[in-house]
Amino acid sequence: MLELQNLSKHFGGVRAVDGLSLRIDPGQIFGLIGPNGSGKSTTVNLITGLLQATHGSIRLAGEEITRLPTHARLSTGIARTFQNIRLFGQLTVWQNLWVAENSKAQRQHTGFMPRWLGGERGARVRITRALEFSGLADKADELASNLAFGEQRRLELARAMAAEPKVLLLDEPAAGMNPEEIGALDDRIRHIRDSGITVLLIEHHMELIMAIADRIAVLNFGQKIAEGTPAEVQAHPAVREAYLGTAEH
Amino acid sequence: MDFYLGLLQIMGVHTLLGLSAYVVLQTGQITLAQAGFMAIGAYAAAMLTVLAGWPLVVALVAGALVAGLMACLVGFPALRVHGLMLVVATIAFTEIVRLFFFNFDYQIARGSLQVGPLGGEGFRQIRYFPENGWTTMHVAVFIWIVVALVMAALWWMDRSRAGVVLRAVGEDEIAAQSCGINLTAVKVSAMTAGGAIAGLAGGIYAHYTTHIEQTNFTILVATFAIAYPILGGLSSVFGTLAAVVFIQGFLVEGLRFLGDWRNLLFGALIVLVMNVRPSGLLDARTTAMLRRLLGRKEG
Repeated sequence: MLELQNLSKHFGGVRAVDGLSLRIDPGQIFGLIGPNGSGKSTTVNLITGLLQATHGSIRLAGEEITRLPTHARLSTGIARTFQNIRLFGQLTVWQNLWVAENSKAQRQHTGFMPRWLGGERGARVRITRALEFSGLADKADELASNLAFGEQRRLELARAMAAEPKVLLLDEPAAGMNPEEIGALDDRIRHIRDSGITVLLIEHHMELIMAIADRIAVLNFGQKIAEGTPAEVQAHPAVREAYLGTAEH
Repeated sequence: MDFYLGLLQIMGVHTLLGLSAYVVLQTGQITLAQAGFMAIGAYAAAMLTVLAGWPLVVALVAGALVAGLMACLVGFPALRVHGLMLVVATIAFTEIVRLFFFNFDYQIARGSLQVGPLGGEGFRQIRYFPENGWTTMHVAVFIWIVVALVMAALWWMDRSRAGVVLRAVGEDEIAAQSCGINLTAVKVSAMTAGGAIAGLAGGIYAHYTTHIEQTNFTILVATFAIAYPILGGLSSVFGTLAAVVFIQGFLVEGLRFLGDWRNLLFGALIVLVMNVRPSGLLDARTTAMLRRLLGRKEG
């Protein structure tokens, strides 16, 4: 579904991502882990186009998207959430989702009809469903900045889903959540995968990623040091070294 | 009576000017180019009625289109710069336009009179209203019909997805891009719409004053244009209207006995509002509350 080939991003002399190749199969939850500064967020920014790759290519369902501008990548089917939540705080919950209705099919009937005139019936149905899925149905007319932290995370996830993506990139979605909220997130991500969306999950929270990822790649200093199932990765010596350090230094 | 009608006319033009900046400010761009677009609209519309003998409404629309087209052309390079640099670039634009009209002569003979713009002398004899027997009352009513139409259009847009997209860009460009929004298209569209509205304001202004010159379109005018929506808030067109009524009606006219000290009050008012209500009089929170009070659930 999503294929990175020899992807690199250099900032001057710093190789934030260095020759990274990944193949993410459709319908998987693919985990990307690594210590701080290992290039995880840079990888997400390369895939979404906020950064331009120095070398290498990115393909989505066989289609080359390496040079597409960010906004155009959404309509090819890539949506994301941010590590430090980026909602439109002065817009309502409903409006945040409305903005994101931007896939190719949706764009044909978006435009200048006010919500209360019955314009965009399709949007209304989709947004109502998304709000129910996220447990935000009673907050539709609340300003996004008034939501509690956990609700903001759920809204951001719903916003990413609003464009009906093929691949969903989640950049540390559990950051700042309590165990109960993480449990609910866990279910939500599985549910998203089961609806046929490929998930690339970047996470610090080991338990979450080990529990739900189908496959994991480990980054260190911008390079992939291991890839495999959660059990394989956990047993991999290079991973232990990257995370725990070794005695023989 | 004529004094109040005259004040109404001024308020009408300034409301249009404020609304022209309102659209652009919604996308988070601070622009001081509105005076330049106003000048373009003013000169274009006046030349069309005086020199080419076009009917007023057609000339006003044409003036707005010319200003809008200019805004679209200027929008592409200008919106590549952000924040303060955009302010500087748009100041430069307003100055270029002003200096262009300072040097612009295009006069033709009309009977014993020479009519048309004449550089620093300005453009005199824009006599469409008196020649066609419009009274001050007619003119005031006409201006407010135009204002009402523009306000209605923007009010409608604020409730549509298009308006929501403008504000999303103003809030967070990175998030907006990641939601599939083409920033350049949105910003240039807003600039174009704003330029057209400013051009419309200019065309009307030229005809009710009957005499325009380059000093009518200085940076000060551009400052007023952005001051109205900033003071009034960017969530509702009525905020801009309220700010115009307050500033033009109360600060400028009501306190006329204070002479030039009023300008000081204007500055103080901006500082005060920025401290007390940083997102303007009618901010998102207030409009959401008003809407709940009115029992409506709008987008």
